[in-house]
Amino acid sequence: MKLFKLRGGVHPSGHKDLSAEPPIRVLPLPNVLYVPLQQHIGAPARHLVSVGEKVNKGQLLAASQGMVSAPVHAPTSGRVIAIGDFPGPHPSGLEMPTLTIEADGDERWIDTEPPSNPFALSPEEIALRVGAAGIVGLGGAAFPAAVKLNLSRNSEVHTLIMNGGECEPYLTCDDRLMRERASQIVEGIRLIAHATGASEILVGIEANKPEAIAAMRAASVASPVKVVQVPAMYPMGSEKQMIQVLTGQEVPAGGRAADIGVLVHNVGTAYAVQQALCLGRPLVSRIVTVSGGAIMAPGNLEAPIGALAADLVRACGGLRIDAARLVLGGPMMGTQLSSLDVPLVKGSSGVLALTRAEVEHTRPGPCIRCSSCVRACPMGLLPLEMAARIRVGDPAGAVDWGLKDCIACGSCSYVCPSHIPLVHYFNHAKGDLAARERLKMKNEATKKLADERSERMARIVREREEAARQRAAKKAAADAAKKAAAEAVAAAAKQKPEEVTA
Amino acid sequence: MTPIAHSPHAHAQVSVSQVMATVMLALTPATLFGFWLYGWPAINLWVVALTVALVSEAATLKIMGRPVRGALLDGSGLLTAWLLALSLPPWAPWWLAAVGSLFAVVIGKQIFGGLGQNLFNPAMAARVMLLISFPLEMTTWIAPLPLTSATAPGFLEGLAITFAGLPPADGISSATLLGHVKTELGRDIGLAQALSGFYDPAGFAIGQRAGSLGETSAILLLIGGLALIARRIITWHIPVSMLAGVALPALLFNLIAPERYPGLDYHLLSGALILGAFFIATDPVSSPNSVSGQLVFGLGCGLLTWIIRTWGGYPEGVAFAVMLMNAGTPVIDRYFKPRIYGRDRKGVALNPVKEGAK
Repeated sequence: MKLFKLRGGVHPSGHKDLSAEPPIRVLPLPNVLYVPLQQHIGAPARHLVSVGEKVNKGQLLAASQGMVSAPVHAPTSGRVIAIGDFPGPHPSGLEMPTLTIEADGDERWIDTEPPSNPFALSPEEIALRVGAAGIVGLGGAAFPAAVKLNLSRNSEVHTLIMNGGECEPYLTCDDRLMRERASQIVEGIRLIAHATGASEILVGIEANKPEAIAAMRAASVASPVKVVQVPAMYPMGSEKQMIQVLTGQEVPAGGRAADIGVLVHNVGTAYAVQQALCLGRPLVSRIVTVSGGAIMAPGNLEAPIGALAADLVRACGGLRIDAARLVLGGPMMGTQLSSLDVPLVKGSSGVLALTRAEVEHTRPGPCIRCSSCVRACPMGLLPLEMAARIRVGDPAGAVDWGLKDCIACGSCSYVCPSHIPLVHYFNHAKGDLAARERLKMKNEATKKLADERSERMARIVREREEAARQRAAKKAAADAAKKAAAEAVAAAAKQKPEEVTA
Repeated sequence: MTPIAHSPHAHAQVSVSQVMATVMLALTPATLFGFWLYGWPAINLWVVALTVALVSEAATLKIMGRPVRGALLDGSGLLTAWLLALSLPPWAPWWLAAVGSLFAVVIGKQIFGGLGQNLFNPAMAARVMLLISFPLEMTTWIAPLPLTSATAPGFLEGLAITFAGLPPADGISSATLLGHVKTELGRDIGLAQALSGFYDPAGFAIGQRAGSLGETSAILLLIGGLALIARRIITWHIPVSMLAGVALPALLFNLIAPERYPGLDYHLLSGALILGAFFIATDPVSSPNSVSGQLVFGLGCGLLTWIIRTWGGYPEGVAFAVMLMNAGTPVIDRYFKPRIYGRDRKGVALNPVKEGAK
């Protein structure tokens, strides 16, 4: 198949061999699981269970609320022992609403009722079941999958792209999943295609995963699913870049893939869809890569949602040496973890413990305008110009140079010889702009309230004056009447003597 | 607790000092050739330029209260002085190199705010300043007198030439090709006659000619420049477009009036063109940052070089051309930007295209 050219991109050393060879192992069930209510983009789920309640594996713990949200299910059978705050998988380590479940070790599933033939279901029904299974994008963004399915059905998607790029260094969870469970993935892909009506189905896999490509090709023989080898480069696995390399089209700025008739899902999501529709199992576990130079025995684990990062590291032999940095996700876009005592969520693709040599932190120096960042940017931006604006406190100027088109892939920071944390600059400016936007809205709201108040006060004053005037007029009228009456009386009295005299 | 680090958590193995060191390495063959060709005075001049650059940069940083170590170790000051030294007449007095280095590092770079802030290429700014202020010293050329030849000045004599102003022996001083041809054409002497016995393309390619310390060997400079492209320190855009900017008018005018306008090889092999195209115009700080901008910039440098050489008052125009285009860099950067993904050239979001609608 003809591939299209991509701009920019970088070739970081993969470090994939650390974890790519050992088969996926199942994480020994931890005693306690910590299940956050917010594991996806959108509104947090609303919990339905109470402390002390017994739950079965796969039981609905928390329902989705709002248009963009996803439900959360019990990752194992056991008892709810706490509903409250627990540190979340975020650099801040701040606490977030979490259900704590004590496992009973039975792994007792709920009564699942899979349809006899999922392909007989209507597209609407498939989207409904995918939503009910709590499936979100497993590539990392964790956008609710059902929302995307409905959206693409409404905008007539013709091409379904399955993202098997996995361009982040170290991560091999999709690689292993494709090698070991290709037939389930292909079934899931066909179900997604059925749900969206896409006629062309492409699976893009980077050339550095030949075994995965072979397994997926073997599993998709005699099906409309076409497995395509794409060049190994970063950020190949970014949605926009995967679309560009496979179709030659670009997602319009500010738009969605659906605008050009394309839907992109991760291969891991396809596996979760297959599990939900063919076995009736909601998303309660995922494959996670545990890797990095500080991990004793790197590999991939199938772990229940809510297991602590520390549980996963322990299952991989623990730390070989002290880790200079802990990362959730890949090294290019992942977030730093302040501690390993945070739970795994649906979007967690990797837990990395990196050594000092691997993170190699150097103090930033001045920009020498070498344009390495310009050549590396897959979006055609000028990172150095945006950074120059942000440095002088002009984020709006950075927007003029394309800040809003930045996908924060980190290619620019990666290649910068002066080690300037460009992505940090851009995220800071995006946050600053959002804060300014909020402040502006708040100011406008305040101004509106103030205006309304002063108008109200003016009205009250006006009404008061009006009332006073009316009172005065009334009084004047009354006085006038009184006076008139008195005059009349006086006149009468005057006349009387005349009468008398007359 | 460790401070929060931002993604990416991996970094390519590159640094500014590494970039500068690679450029200096690429300059080394041509520089060593210059040392051999012009002997001890050339070596002295180079040492003076680099030493003064280091000392004056350290002093300036100290006075301005900026951290000295980091800025000194990045190698940018040394590289600037190195490039300046290569563009000086090889037997020039020591103070010419010292004043030039001082000007390049302090006024050319630090006054603008240090590395990355200067509008003009510091080495070229210094060269132009010297050329305007000290025209005699800056145009006193000598014929090649290799270090290994019998008549070459010894170490002590070299010191006397550089530091005590010992005048060169008779018959050593010479004119550059560009200067010679300019004079002869001014005397209405045809090109063929002017060039005969003075211009030998093969010798010029190797560097056997009168000229600046390190700009004579087109071949060695080309090798260094190609190495920089191979190591991805520079891209091909500026060198190729600059050479094209000289080559196109040279070819055209030579075709029209061969007796008045010298041909392609003459322009490519003389003066500072190869050094300028690969090492000076490509200075990242003072050149545009998009591919289209770089092509415009290079083409402008080349055209201006040819125009100054052909019709200007000075025989050589590379330094002037680069500085003029440096001044245009901010404007070029404003108008020549890459197209953003999902937008057209004007920056408007692309229209959604449906397969069915096509």
